[in-house]
Amino acid sequence: MNFEIFIQHLFNGISLGSLYALIAIGYTMVYGILRLINFAHGDIFMIGIYTAFYGTIFTPLPWWLVFILAILFTGLFGIMLEKAVYKPLRNSPRISILISAIGASFLLENLAIVVCGGRPKAFPIPDMFSRVFHFGNVSVLSLTFYIPIITLIILLCLLYFINKTKTGMAMRAVSKDYEAASLMGIDVNKIISITFFIGSSLACTGGLMWGLKFPQITPLIGIMPGLKCFIAAVVGGIGNITGAVVGGFILGLGEIMLVAFLPALTGYRDAFAFVLLILILLIKPTGIMGKNLTEKV
Amino acid sequence: MKKNYIYNIGALCLLILFLFISSKVFNSYEIRILNLSAIYIILGLSMNLINGFTGLFSLGHAGFMAIGAYTCAILTMSPDMKEMNFFLKPIVPMLANIQMSFLPAIIISGIISALFGFLIGAPVLRLKDDYLAIATLGFAEIIRVVFTNMQSITNGALGLKGIPAYTNIWWSWGFAIITILFMIFLIKGSYGKAFKAIREDEIAAENMGINLFKHKMLSFGIGAFFAGIGGALLGNLLGTIDPNMFRFLLTFNILLIVVLGGMGSITGTCISAVLVTVLMEALRFLDETINLGFVQIEGIQGLRMVVFSAILMIVIIFYQNGFMGNKEFTWDMFKKKKAAYNVKDVK
Repeated sequence: MNFEIFIQHLFNGISLGSLYALIAIGYTMVYGILRLINFAHGDIFMIGIYTAFYGTIFTPLPWWLVFILAILFTGLFGIMLEKAVYKPLRNSPRISILISAIGASFLLENLAIVVCGGRPKAFPIPDMFSRVFHFGNVSVLSLTFYIPIITLIILLCLLYFINKTKTGMAMRAVSKDYEAASLMGIDVNKIISITFFIGSSLACTGGLMWGLKFPQITPLIGIMPGLKCFIAAVVGGIGNITGAVVGGFILGLGEIMLVAFLPALTGYRDAFAFVLLILILLIKPTGIMGKNLTEKV
Repeated sequence: MKKNYIYNIGALCLLILFLFISSKVFNSYEIRILNLSAIYIILGLSMNLINGFTGLFSLGHAGFMAIGAYTCAILTMSPDMKEMNFFLKPIVPMLANIQMSFLPAIIISGIISALFGFLIGAPVLRLKDDYLAIATLGFAEIIRVVFTNMQSITNGALGLKGIPAYTNIWWSWGFAIITILFMIFLIKGSYGKAFKAIREDEIAAENMGINLFKHKMLSFGIGAFFAGIGGALLGNLLGTIDPNMFRFLLTFNILLIVVLGGMGSITGTCISAVLVTVLMEALRFLDETINLGFVQIEGIQGLRMVVFSAILMIVIIFYQNGFMGNKEFTWDMFKKKKAAYNVKDVK
């Protein structure tokens, strides 16, 4: 393998990694607050893609406006989902909530199959993202640059939001101990809603870029990215936003490099994430950037 | 107490009589539903042992089923059939000429599945709750990916066709009854008590001298064993298997049965397994066009699954403990009710 091909793969890996990172942030935020694997996150991602798809096809609005509206809509959808599915179970055993999450994901998928049809559709790509740049022999799609840049901007905004603003502080308090936080006068329900809004709109942002990168959309499109991004969140240390980004990059780069360097293992591409997950859980269960939790007796 | 035994044996005889009559009277579609019910009872019980009784949240069932189904299929297929199946890449010579009858093949499938259970369990069972769930889910996905790629053993994505259809009512219900009896004895015995102790509080259980690792492994291994048997029966019922069958959805269906019946209830699982299987078929009318005489309602493909998952959501949110909670059905239930009525009458 020569240097140019390596660079090509590197670009691919970085853009895939930042996509994973974007979606993993949503996972990690929801998990941090509710201690819940939001299995429906992948389906929220799917809802976002379909909203944008129908928006661009059936309305005369420019694509960027459609994208922004889709992101807002998906955020609201996330809040709605939380109110309907997770809130009634907030004080139930963990397993009930997890099953409820799986059930919600199942329901959304089937609903999408009925409403949108099971056949794959082609996601429309604005010209801005499909320009090709040439560097010597390396040709790179402009989208490949936009994805990591957008991810980094969002990450910085989010870090600022969480560490510096009052709402961010409340969020951190809720994730530490939500009973104590509510005693301190924090409106826990509002904070949870905000978390779901941010998480879901990030999932949608990731979804839109996913649609631009792999422009074939089906109602089941969210399952694999959903699982992999959860893994990215766990690998980075769940509950930790920087960790989610690191995990996303490790996963994306790892996957691309596995295919690039060991073409014989291409078929095992989807298994890579899970093997990585199991290894990380065994070596350092709290993830690369996670804190060690002491067990309460 | 003695009377209860007589009742139990009576119920068993009734079941066998019912199966005998139904095997003569029912058409093949209804018999298939009956078979599936039995297989789902086995699978539901094996998952309930791990999730409901021992409190380990495992989502790897589809993986164990895949192992069982493939093992049994390869062991029971005739060499000619194998040659026809493996046209892209020939099967490993070691497996090409093996053919055995159904019973040993099923047992071997269960044992191999259990071996994988131990193999996976040893590292993964150190994890808890969500982490265990996602690690076992990951394991099931790995199995699926590996099966898709090991062309010379599993025939890859093409799957296996023409598996001898050995599974009939007697095999499936026979194994279901054996599983039910085994589970009852296991849960009533000291192992079952240890499992329940682990479910309630791990740390307390450890302090009482229960070897956590040993018991968790045992529960996981037995669960995997029966999941493998369930998978084997399913494979030989359908006659064709491919790796895509063993997606997360399958695990989810079984989880659904366990939750609906009640985590930690053997009878609950049996009832809900039959109910879910029948309901899945009964809801099929939703996919078809309904003719009311004066108006025709166009059927929507896939509506069945929407209604099905909506029912599930409603049950989980409003009725968390399932039908039976963690109680078991006993004949005394009727007596107690009668006693209660008597007290009322006196008052």
